[in-house]
Amino acid sequence: MSAGTKGAVETAVTSERRLNMIEAINDALNIMLERDPDVIIMGEDVGYFGGVFRCTAGLQEKYGKTRVFDTPISECGIIGVAVGMGAYGLRPVPEIQFADYIYPGLDQLISEAARLRYRSATEYIAPMTVRSPFGGGIFGGQTHSQSPESLFTHVAGLKTVIPSTPYDAKGLLISCIEDNDPVIFFEPKRIYNGPFSGYYDRPAEPWKRFDASVVPEGHYTIPLGKARKVTEGEQLTILAYGTMVHVTEAVCREKGIEAEILDLRTLVPLDIEAIEASVEKTGRCLIVHEATRTSGFGAELSALVTERCFYHLEAPVERVTGFDTPYPHSLEWAYFPGPIRIGEAIDKILKD
Amino acid sequence: MADRPEGAASSNKPALALHVPEPKYRPGDAVDYSHLNIPEAGKQARPDETVEPKEIASFAYDLIRVLGDDNRAHGPWDPKLDADTLRTMLRNMAMVRAFDERMFRGQRQGKTSFYMKCTGEEATSVAAGMALASDDMVFPSYRQQGILIARGYPLVEMINQIYSNKGDKLKGRQLPIMYSSREHSFFSISGNLATQTPQAVGWAMASAIKGDSRIAATWVGEGSTAEGDFHSACLFATVYNAPVILNVINNQWAISSFSGFAGSERTTFAARAVGYGLAGLRVDGNDALAVYAAQQWAANRARANAGPTLIEYFTYRAEGHSTSDDPTGYRSAQEREEWPLGDPVNRLKNHLIALGEWDEDRQAAMDQQCADEVKAATKEAEKNGILGHGLHHPFRTMFQDVYEELPWHLEEQAAQARRERETKWPGEEPWT
Ligand SMILES: Cc1ncc(C[n+]2csc(CCOP(=O)(O)OP(=O)(O)O)c2C)c(N)n1
Repeated sequence: MSAGTKGAVETAVTSERRLNMIEAINDALNIMLERDPDVIIMGEDVGYFGGVFRCTAGLQEKYGKTRVFDTPISECGIIGVAVGMGAYGLRPVPEIQFADYIYPGLDQLISEAARLRYRSATEYIAPMTVRSPFGGGIFGGQTHSQSPESLFTHVAGLKTVIPSTPYDAKGLLISCIEDNDPVIFFEPKRIYNGPFSGYYDRPAEPWKRFDASVVPEGHYTIPLGKARKVTEGEQLTILAYGTMVHVTEAVCREKGIEAEILDLRTLVPLDIEAIEASVEKTGRCLIVHEATRTSGFGAELSALVTERCFYHLEAPVERVTGFDTPYPHSLEWAYFPGPIRIGEAIDKILKD
Repeated sequence: MADRPEGAASSNKPALALHVPEPKYRPGDAVDYSHLNIPEAGKQARPDETVEPKEIASFAYDLIRVLGDDNRAHGPWDPKLDADTLRTMLRNMAMVRAFDERMFRGQRQGKTSFYMKCTGEEATSVAAGMALASDDMVFPSYRQQGILIARGYPLVEMINQIYSNKGDKLKGRQLPIMYSSREHSFFSISGNLATQTPQAVGWAMASAIKGDSRIAATWVGEGSTAEGDFHSACLFATVYNAPVILNVINNQWAISSFSGFAGSERTTFAARAVGYGLAGLRVDGNDALAVYAAQQWAANRARANAGPTLIEYFTYRAEGHSTSDDPTGYRSAQEREEWPLGDPVNRLKNHLIALGEWDEDRQAAMDQQCADEVKAATKEAEKNGILGHGLHHPFRTMFQDVYEELPWHLEEQAAQARRERETKWPGEEPWT
């Protein structure tokens, strides 16, 4: 496992450039378009306009319309043609405008992209990185807030990656694009512009104030399947990813808890070694995600920890999650697994 | 690496080239619409409603127009509405515009999270809505507030929904403007594009299965016709001869993507009908009379069991996609100014004036009345609160209606939510 956000991976840091997550993603795409003529970007509004979140801004102008282009509003079509492009030998990086809109593309992803290598015994592969903003916290209502990651982790043949900082977003995205398997790259849109403490009534802070926004120029990668140790701690292990990494960190800070927070970064493949090592050390494990609870990725994590670390556990594994309801518009902050829910769970785990 | 990275160099055949559509104008460009084929009003024949689709295939490439440059109604599509009906139509459209103005401002003032106007497209919902029976079922997209207003849905209810406040009948669950009113035969709006289109067909099939007399109509943006749902809708409609009307609102833009990305460089949206064997009409969407007449034709056709109709309304999205969008970044501002089909409200107003049934003073008074009514409704709705932190509804409502009854795990989660509320605001707001 890599040790911290900065310098986590060998790379020549040539400057102290600070980027938010959107800029870091744009930087990764820019580098990969430059390095690899087989990389192409497509999606709704990604071309001339540069994406509704601006992640592809300037790329069409720089690389031309046959490398970065808009598509019809058909997620099924977007993923389907990406499979075909992959079969030719390209490396498409489709954007799905919101994770909530990926569902029309599921057949192409699940039945096709995920299984092509297997069913053709490697004759064909579908190397694609499907980027999509996900998660709530922006008053987006039920169709701009969902966290559907466990639908994808359940599919054999897909990888699922979720960054939590600008530095990681760039290095992970480059790894995904270079990977020969189809990858779902979910971008936590709540933290595009700055990390989120979970205290919605406090002012938002921009990324520039945080070291994890120092993003080196040029090419670097963060390997898939390696978690990041956010904080060292003895009291308990917290497994989180995306926005919830920052929320759990803020809660532990406020409560004075010395938790070992692991940012999983990739859900599949999972850094099981890091999880085992940490839980064996602390004997207590909390899992935090924003997605709904039932059959969420936390269930998988909980099962793994229980199966593999049972004799080290001093308390039952706990999960803090979104509720099993559609994401409500107005009751967003009642839904969101915020500081109170996390704090309660920590207290419960540490009780005896 | 690509299969044949050298491309044409590895063979003697000519190199293939990818076509990527490009709109005619970008920001700053001078706009020239002379390429648009806009026929004279009144020139289009009006076939019998029971016509075979293939006999009217040419209608998919024409443009049905009634209101001429002389502000008079022309030709066989003139629905010959009486002056009172025309004034009601005008008022409904003016009301939609006044409502949009105020709600947009309300979002800018922080009263809610989001809003979408339909400026320039008012006729496609108001006039079409008025051509249907009030109990015909409509499956709209998010830009058909005009149907609700034409059906008399109270403005206060709309604003309550937009503010997600205590009075919101949808309990603050939906993004602003995603209305639902069963009482007004108005289906719950989804944020997922085009999903409503096969649902409308299914409702119409159900009505036919039951020997009912009500028909269904759906509205979908031209960009959204790219979704598979729309194509399924067309096919099911034709296979089962469903009593349904598929309205495609071609307002030229889908956020930043011009209609070429939905296929308009090579054909029309009405022409989708031809391949499916649907009756297809292409209509001037800024001509309220033509919109009314086409919708009425399709409704008659459906009611006569003569089959479904796909109608393309050719119009222009005069404003941004939503409060989250700034169109100056991707299209020429001149597009709106030069739009050759004019403004639907002005055209209907001028028609009424030409008939001697209206004048500028009455128009001004009506506009003022609409603004006042919207203002009063806003004040009324604000008594129920604005979005703010959003925590207006009892937390338990979050768990209700996921299923008909609360299963144990939602009971547990509801108890958790309640505890969190009591921790955050001890002693405040009793739990209901
Ligand atoms: C399935 C799905 N994909 C993408 C989106 C994001 N989105 C919302 S509106 C929109 C553009 C729709 O354009 P159009 O159908 O032309 O309707 P208009 O907004 O012009 O009325 C897009 C891409 C969505 N809501 N649902």
